[in-house]
Amino acid sequence: MKRISRYRRHKAAGPFLLLLALLAIGTTFSVASATTAAETTSADRSLQIEEGRQIFLKGCSSCHGLNAEGAQIAPSLIGVGAASVDFQVGTGRMPMADMSTQAMRKEPLYNAEETAALAAYVASLAPGPAIPGESELNFERDGSTAEGGELFRNNCAMCHNFAGQGGALSQGKYAPTLMGVEPRHIYEAMVTGPQSMPVFSDKTITPEEKLSIIKWIKSAEKEPNLGGASLGRVGPVTEGLLGWVLGLGILIGVAVWLAMKAR
Amino acid sequence: MTVEARLGSVANYVDERTGAAAWMKKNLQKVFPDHWSFLLGEVALYSFVILLLSGTFLTFWFDPSQREVVYEGSYEPLEGIKMSAAYASALHISFEVRGGLLMRQIHHWAALIFMAAIVAHMMRVFFTGAFRKPREGNWIIGIGLLTLGIVEGFLGYSLPDDLLSGTGIRIAEAIIQALPVVGSYLAYFAFGGAFPGESFIPRIYTVHVLLLPGAFLALITAHLMLVWYQKHTQYPGPGRTEKNVVGYPLMPTYMAKAGGFFFIVFGVTAFLAAVASINPIWLYGPYTPGQISAGSQPDWYMGWLDGLVRMAPPIETHAFGHTISWNILVPGLIIPGILFTGMALYPFIESWITGDKREHHLLDRPRNAPNRTALGAMSLTFVMVTLINGGNDIIATHFDLSINQIMWGTRFGVFILPPLAFVITKRLCLSLQRADRELVLHGRETGTLLRLPHGEFVEVHEPISPEKAFLLTSHEQAPPLELPEVDGRGVKRAGALRNKLRSRMSVANAEAIPKVSVNDLKEIEHH
Repeated sequence: MKRISRYRRHKAAGPFLLLLALLAIGTTFSVASATTAAETTSADRSLQIEEGRQIFLKGCSSCHGLNAEGAQIAPSLIGVGAASVDFQVGTGRMPMADMSTQAMRKEPLYNAEETAALAAYVASLAPGPAIPGESELNFERDGSTAEGGELFRNNCAMCHNFAGQGGALSQGKYAPTLMGVEPRHIYEAMVTGPQSMPVFSDKTITPEEKLSIIKWIKSAEKEPNLGGASLGRVGPVTEGLLGWVLGLGILIGVAVWLAMKAR
Repeated sequence: MTVEARLGSVANYVDERTGAAAWMKKNLQKVFPDHWSFLLGEVALYSFVILLLSGTFLTFWFDPSQREVVYEGSYEPLEGIKMSAAYASALHISFEVRGGLLMRQIHHWAALIFMAAIVAHMMRVFFTGAFRKPREGNWIIGIGLLTLGIVEGFLGYSLPDDLLSGTGIRIAEAIIQALPVVGSYLAYFAFGGAFPGESFIPRIYTVHVLLLPGAFLALITAHLMLVWYQKHTQYPGPGRTEKNVVGYPLMPTYMAKAGGFFFIVFGVTAFLAAVASINPIWLYGPYTPGQISAGSQPDWYMGWLDGLVRMAPPIETHAFGHTISWNILVPGLIIPGILFTGMALYPFIESWITGDKREHHLLDRPRNAPNRTALGAMSLTFVMVTLINGGNDIIATHFDLSINQIMWGTRFGVFILPPLAFVITKRLCLSLQRADRELVLHGRETGTLLRLPHGEFVEVHEPISPEKAFLLTSHEQAPPLELPEVDGRGVKRAGALRNKLRSRMSVANAEAIPKVSVNDLKEIEHH
């Protein structure tokens, strides 16, 4: 310490300290804002779009057409927006495993970076719903659980079941379970209406209400089974099965034991 | 004074004033036969007691009112939501009342077990022919109890006024409305105006806790008094006749077993209620007519009705300003009406076919009444097929099936499978009779192979015990009714068509593999 403090009255000490401070602030800033900075430059964005186009040509164009214009077996992607791509690809629904009934959730084929590139490419074709940012998805702060439950029962429960466990639709299609789904994907699904799901535009359900719905779903997901084993939260079918098999089953077993002759 | 002497003086005091000693002695020594299947009705009885006890507990807090309140209880996801007082109080029972949720779950599980035990008990009575004379009346009381149980259960399911309850009530309203001409008036009458109104929950509450339990108590009392008076049936066997009852006296053996069994039934119900959630009303949310959940089902005893309604094709006719919804009327009212009437009348139908007007206290082995057993299997198949369609959406999602495939499968299945079950069961019964005959004639296969001196291999058969042989040959095989078209004086009988039908059915009913006769055995010995 003494060796440094010897130079504290040196004429270069002031400018040197100023330089040091500037350097520290600059470095901190550049590190902190590195990611956003990388995406904001237009050169980077066009690079990402180009990368997305390459992935699209390899993985998607055989069904959706070389320019995403769609074909007989797959819809046009012009104008579906980045949100749609992020939902479909990010949840593994696209590329589809088979063309039978509906695309099901599976392990995503593309990583986050590739998905973002694909989304950027599709978004570049025509304007559409964008991927909601972290700040728009603060459902813990902006949502209300009770109101979300009311909205959920009004708009979602008829397909996704009262507890978001999913339900059957016609011809083998189904509304998937909402348990364990990323808030971002729930939001994107409401905005884009994938597969059999209708679009819930911001006029039908405001962004704030969407956050309430997400908050309710997350609360249902976290809620412990207050009455014991949940039996799947699917209503009286499993309850009846258990009543017969375990309830009456045990009692018949006891009856057999009671009626046995003492030997 | 010793304890015995003191007890004796108390007993003497009571006897001198009531003369109960002789009656008590006679009845406490009454003999009951022992078989596990005779305990199924007891399970139903004990479940009923559990329902009374747990239900009484629930009434302390339940507020059967459709008055709108704002929820302020401890279940956060519903905070500030508008709901009926009934639903709010059901939530209060679940979350704030000590032991309330457990009691609610005991009540609901007991209801499911009650209905399951009734059905199992009824199956035992049917397949063993215990409904025959003199017990036809008690059979009808049993059908009454089953019907009341379905209604009572449905009302209980409707009371909490959650989303699932309301959906059920909505379907009940649709079924009332489906009655031609008077339907809409009746619905307005029942609901005190347009659906849902404010009077339905208070009304069904009174019916659920007062009227139907009262009817239950009366019918159960009659049911048990008849069992007491007519004595219990027993399975056939050596020493058991139409004129005796072989078993244990009521006191102490049967009393101890039955008393202990009550606590076991209570224990199993409480165990289920403690470990398995049933009807988590807080997840369903309050009922409003605009909402519905995917996979809304009734409890299992209504599931087959729901399945029937779900498979009915959408047919409606409009005539003279009235709409007739066949898709509700037929599966919701006509088919259940036919089924329950048929069930109630079955003892009379069977005795008409067989012409058997005698008393029966010995039970049939199901295989020895192939037609009855086949009919029972046919009915059960019908109920199973419709029950599967009642859960078609849950089955579709959990087994990766298409709801349409299940619906079409059951639409055809409901016509094809029951008759198929009839034929297969009847063949099985006849084959079992054949096996019985073999067993009596040639004995049990021991699995021991014997090589004879000239090289032939034979399996050693072991004669069965005389008790077993008695069991396999003691049943009667009545010949079919002979109903000639002309009577003894050469005059054609009235009702030729009816007679023809009766004799045809009688022939089919009497179809059996001839049981081993004394002559058969003599012939065998002769060999």
